[in-house]
Amino acid sequence: MSSGFPLFPAQASTVAGRVDALYFFLIAISGFFSLLIATLLVVFVVRYRRRRAGELPQPIHGSLALELTWTIIPLIIALGTFVWGADVFVYERRVPPGAMEVYVVGKRWMWKTQHMTGQREINELHVPIGVPVKLTMTSEDVIHSFFIPAFRTKQDVLPGRYSTAWFEATTTGTYHLFCAEYCGTKHSQMIGSIHVMEPAAFQTWLAGGATGSPAQEGEKLFQSLACITCHRADSQGRGPRLDGLFGRTVRLSTGETIVADADYIRESILNPTAKVVEGYQPIMPTFQGLVSEEGVMQLIAYIQSLQAPGAEVVAPPGAGGIKLEEGASPAPRKPKP
Amino acid sequence: MSTHTGGTPEPYGRPGAPPPPPEPPPQPLRESVNYLNVSYGVKSWLLTTDHKRIALLYLASITVMFAIGGVFATLIRLELITPQGDMVQSETYNKLFTMHGVVMVFFFLIPSIPATLGNFLIPIMIGAKDLAFPRINLLSWYIYMLGASFTMYAMVTGGVDTGWTFYVPYSTHYSNTHVIATGLGIFITGFSSILTGLNFIVTTHKMRAPGLTWSRLPLFVWAHYATSLIMILGTPVIAVTILMVALERGLHLGIFDPALGGDPILFQHLFWFYSHPAVYIMILPAMGVISELVQGMSRKRVFGYNFIAVSSLAIAILGFLVWGHHMFVSGQSTYAGLVFSGLSYLVAIPSAIKVFNWTATLYKASISLDTPMLYAIGFIGLFTIGGLTGLFLAALGLNVHVTDTYFVVAHFHYIMVGGAIMGYLGGLHYWWPKISGRLYPEGWGRVAAIIIFVGFNLTFFPQFILGYLGMPRRYHYYPEEFQILHVMSSAGASILAVGYLLPLAYLAWSMRYGRRAGPNPWDARGLEWEIASPPPTENFLVQPVVTDKTYEYGAEEDAAIV
Repeated sequence: MSSGFPLFPAQASTVAGRVDALYFFLIAISGFFSLLIATLLVVFVVRYRRRRAGELPQPIHGSLALELTWTIIPLIIALGTFVWGADVFVYERRVPPGAMEVYVVGKRWMWKTQHMTGQREINELHVPIGVPVKLTMTSEDVIHSFFIPAFRTKQDVLPGRYSTAWFEATTTGTYHLFCAEYCGTKHSQMIGSIHVMEPAAFQTWLAGGATGSPAQEGEKLFQSLACITCHRADSQGRGPRLDGLFGRTVRLSTGETIVADADYIRESILNPTAKVVEGYQPIMPTFQGLVSEEGVMQLIAYIQSLQAPGAEVVAPPGAGGIKLEEGASPAPRKPKP
Repeated sequence: MSTHTGGTPEPYGRPGAPPPPPEPPPQPLRESVNYLNVSYGVKSWLLTTDHKRIALLYLASITVMFAIGGVFATLIRLELITPQGDMVQSETYNKLFTMHGVVMVFFFLIPSIPATLGNFLIPIMIGAKDLAFPRINLLSWYIYMLGASFTMYAMVTGGVDTGWTFYVPYSTHYSNTHVIATGLGIFITGFSSILTGLNFIVTTHKMRAPGLTWSRLPLFVWAHYATSLIMILGTPVIAVTILMVALERGLHLGIFDPALGGDPILFQHLFWFYSHPAVYIMILPAMGVISELVQGMSRKRVFGYNFIAVSSLAIAILGFLVWGHHMFVSGQSTYAGLVFSGLSYLVAIPSAIKVFNWTATLYKASISLDTPMLYAIGFIGLFTIGGLTGLFLAALGLNVHVTDTYFVVAHFHYIMVGGAIMGYLGGLHYWWPKISGRLYPEGWGRVAAIIIFVGFNLTFFPQFILGYLGMPRRYHYYPEEFQILHVMSSAGASILAVGYLLPLAYLAWSMRYGRRAGPNPWDARGLEWEIASPPPTENFLVQPVVTDKTYEYGAEEDAAIV
């Protein structure tokens, strides 16, 4: 963050080098064609400048060979660039397995982050080098965009859904965090710092300042919001059991199936009647306004932490082995097909 | 290129309505009676149906809008000289960049070339007396003025701060500014755009002079034909989008806001479905101008006429299929991103074809370096840079880093200012003798063109570097390390401002004091150069008949070969 006359940003993530390679390739291509056109223009203008009024140059009507040349060569370059750009993009979008998770909530005009170990930060994020970090992000109000130039990472953060992004930092230091989607008056002050640390230093940092982990906080919310009165662990509640739910395929009352991911669980908390599990009545009240976006994330973390009792078996979708259906109370259920 | 025959004076009647020229009877016309001096008084202008006078009404209107948008830009660049945001409040800064964008895009760039040069030249270039629907043409100007009044009202009473992109849910729920009034202004102005496009398409189909086949059509007309297709197909989409924003904002109908059950990505799809093609509404007419300038100033028929003509249509069609490249990090799916990226690379090809053909036209030509040619050369250079940096933005993996930064700002200013405005000014100079009947001072013209070129590059080239460094757009405060580049940009903007003020001064001066131009001061080819300057109200005293190819510079006997 020094002043001066920088021309090129720091490279501090695994993707930065890939993006920059493409950038330099395109600079080379652009430089070549710009120089080619500029040279031709200058040479022609000088060489064929009008020397006397009324001179009439010989007409040249065109050349199919030339037209094909300057259609096909740019086309090949363009398609090659497309493939290269797509390759980098797919790398940017595919979160590596086992990534360290961080929750991010954007709110006018601050970034709130929370680690799975419980540390919460505002306008800051501490991460270790050499570990992929997955961000699960949402917004409490308008669209924001989580942008770390040194990582070449950017992802819009929308209200009403979860966006994900990931990065793996490679160089320790402190880097800019910007909001890159215009969000109102103090848009330009919705900025922060990413602190990239050696793993040991990060462990030391993690050791201090933790409150409850998101799952623990979520469990408290689960009690205080009285979710537990219906979503009981003993199959006697009016709502489906939630243990082992996360990541399963669920059959809905409409006959459709859906994977119970974070977005689905979020929707089920805030708009419960939108997608009701098969066999249950749409009786759950909405929790819109009763629980913050961070609270929803904590509830999801809690639900994610609930392992199915006894088994690691993932039930095959649609095979009737879905825990939600099996464990439900008999009263409001329709007979199983 | 054509011969005048003494045939029937009006073989192409205007469809539908009898033409109501308020002017005195046309025959016999002396040299000095023309569309400017044929009648006087405010009423003779405000009720005119002459496409040339309507073009001048538009010219005056958009010049005012350009000046207003320019004042906003000046204030933005002044503020950004320092990183602390110490000149205006953030609220004001946000309104400044919003209103700069709204005014420049919807009230200057979109009507700029079509409504002025297009209105003036298309009937003349195709040998017609007027557009197909002269009164609809006048109506379009009134609609434009009504829309502009709404937006100006919104700006005077407090402004709007959503960015010209009106992204939801900010615009529908969170902004406390005049979103609906501004939006209504854009909504209304859209109809003037649709009417102009409709008029051009019908005119091009129905009113061409005998012998003026499609393959002889001036490239300026081809470009406007393609532009008109976008205007009438795209503009209704932005209209309904703005209407939906107003309904959600005013009546809380849940369309886009997730809190009301809507989808904010849907807004972005609808907005860019128009607003990306709108970029081609701005640049295609400028390309048409450059095709004319390059030929006229080098006295040589364009290289690869067919390729330039068809590439305009290709741009118009492909331009409708690439809107998603504004949304690679918005949350649309990876696969959608891949498709839109691929299509975006395809739309680059017809633009490249044009650049190569213009350059090849200069080979063994007779090149004059008068002002219009300076603008044309400037256009080709700046458009090349603008187009090539489009390749950076279309590359998915790279787009993630540079989108919503100053890289994008620099890129689209190279296209819109370096491209569209250079084309507009070049065209204005090239046809100024035809429009005004007077020559502008050539020395001042060249000086202004060079100042604009230098100022433009100094303003916007540093912004590419800023963008790659990570400077986000629409930032009032910014980190100190970006200051030097911002100061360079602001310095360039002050040069650019001088460059824009000069033509305003000397063109106005020349209307009274310039030397008389004569019909064809450039010794160029084209129907517009065969009639008096300024032209008489009905353009042609006798119906022209076109007998050979357009732009047949060189020996007349070659005409037989074609």
